[in-house]
Amino acid sequence: MKKLFCLFAIVLFSLNVFSQKVFTRNGHISFFSEAPLENIEANNYQVTSIIDLEKKELVFSLLMKGFEFEKALMQEHFNEKYVESDQYPKSTFTGSYTCNDKIDLKKDGLYQVNVTGSLEIHGVTKEVETTGTLEVKNGEVISNAVFVVAVADYNIKIPSVVKDNIAKEIEITVNATYKAM
Amino acid sequence: MLRLLFLILLTLSFFPSFAQDDLMDLLESQEEERTDFTTATFKTTRIINSHSVETLPHGEMNFIIGHRFGRVNSGIGDMFGLDNATIRLGFEYGVIDDLTIGIGRSSNQKIYDGFLKYKLLKQSSGKKNMPVSLTLFSNIAITTIKFTPQQQDYPTSTRLYYSYQILLARKFNKNLSIQLSPTLVHRNLVETREDVNDVFLLGAGGRYKITNSLSVNGEYFFIFPNQIESPVAGEEVKNMWALGIDLETGGHIFQLQFTNSRGMVEKTFLTESTGRLFGKNQEGNTTLMGEFHFGFNINRIFTIVKRKS
Repeated sequence: MKKLFCLFAIVLFSLNVFSQKVFTRNGHISFFSEAPLENIEANNYQVTSIIDLEKKELVFSLLMKGFEFEKALMQEHFNEKYVESDQYPKSTFTGSYTCNDKIDLKKDGLYQVNVTGSLEIHGVTKEVETTGTLEVKNGEVISNAVFVVAVADYNIKIPSVVKDNIAKEIEITVNATYKAM
Repeated sequence: MLRLLFLILLTLSFFPSFAQDDLMDLLESQEEERTDFTTATFKTTRIINSHSVETLPHGEMNFIIGHRFGRVNSGIGDMFGLDNATIRLGFEYGVIDDLTIGIGRSSNQKIYDGFLKYKLLKQSSGKKNMPVSLTLFSNIAITTIKFTPQQQDYPTSTRLYYSYQILLARKFNKNLSIQLSPTLVHRNLVETREDVNDVFLLGAGGRYKITNSLSVNGEYFFIFPNQIESPVAGEEVKNMWALGIDLETGGHIFQLQFTNSRGMVEKTFLTESTGRLFGKNQEGNTTLMGEFHFGFNINRIFTIVKRKS
């Protein structure tokens, strides 16, 4: 009986103790706005993220002020006028993914995943859904995804004077390399 | 006993199954604290007449067209001053993020001016905490208006003026910024022995944002007593004040203001402003004098060197 109990305990604990998590502190998220007058691109190279490969869950977090623009003035307007970074310094994503195969850190491979979750920008949380890939390479995981969000969904107001400078829909690209935690 | 233990273990083992929030907590525990530098304490390099703590980012040029009109009390005949415009054209450039150089030319006294501005401290919070921003400013101005016959023998150095400022500002919240500006204006030549060459002033200014594109700005410079005795164009020198708005559109910032100064260079607006808001009329009663000017600065920002993205 005691042996059986021990076995049970080990099995039960191993489920969460050995859950495989991978982590990054320098993921890359960029966004692109295509409008008649100008295209705007910004990059954030300080994205933190964890993927739990066991539970198929993932979280992302970044500081809005970490986005770097080609023109300093754009960066100032982005933080001051549009996303109001003093008030809403962070953007986060909490979600899960589905994948047909079991992702094994010990074996290189490319996996197609469907991701759903809630994306918070500018204090507004919306459900988003996208497809992406997770790639295992030399014990590291590389995530890739591209999706589109509507600026208006996040209560970000674009004055009519600059409506030809800023797109209504912004393309977001995610690219991060994770190491086991 | 064994059963109880088993039950506890079973319960514990199920906890992490609703663990998305835990994953976010775990992420937050992994994040390193960063320094958050305060941005946009003021919208431009000027509060109104005087310089703000802001420097231009590397590679950006600000082209400023400044106008100050005649006095508002000049009446309908002069369209409340609009018939008498003075202009300053200025170029400023961000050599590096913290160092800005600039030149300008004013129609008032035909002044050429040049300045250097260096941001020494940057307000920040987080890993590195700094309560204020501090910028050092100095400029030189030379008047090129023709000498009068009596001045013919004066050396060129009598036309030179220097100003030095320590600009100290804090952005208290996203709307409110306040600046203190201790200032020294050196004048190579003064009218009389009673006038000092080195004039000390203390300036205060600020802005309050009404919307993300519009702010109300104000500034006042106090001249410490017994420094300037001689009148300018027959009028007593007053402390400079200005009240206005900043209106921002994409690449332009429009600054519209009322001020008691006609000059747009430190030596003129700090030591030669004469407009009175209130004064005694012929009957000896205190009335609103309207001795102030409407004016505007148009700031147009050009990106000369693009940053690597």
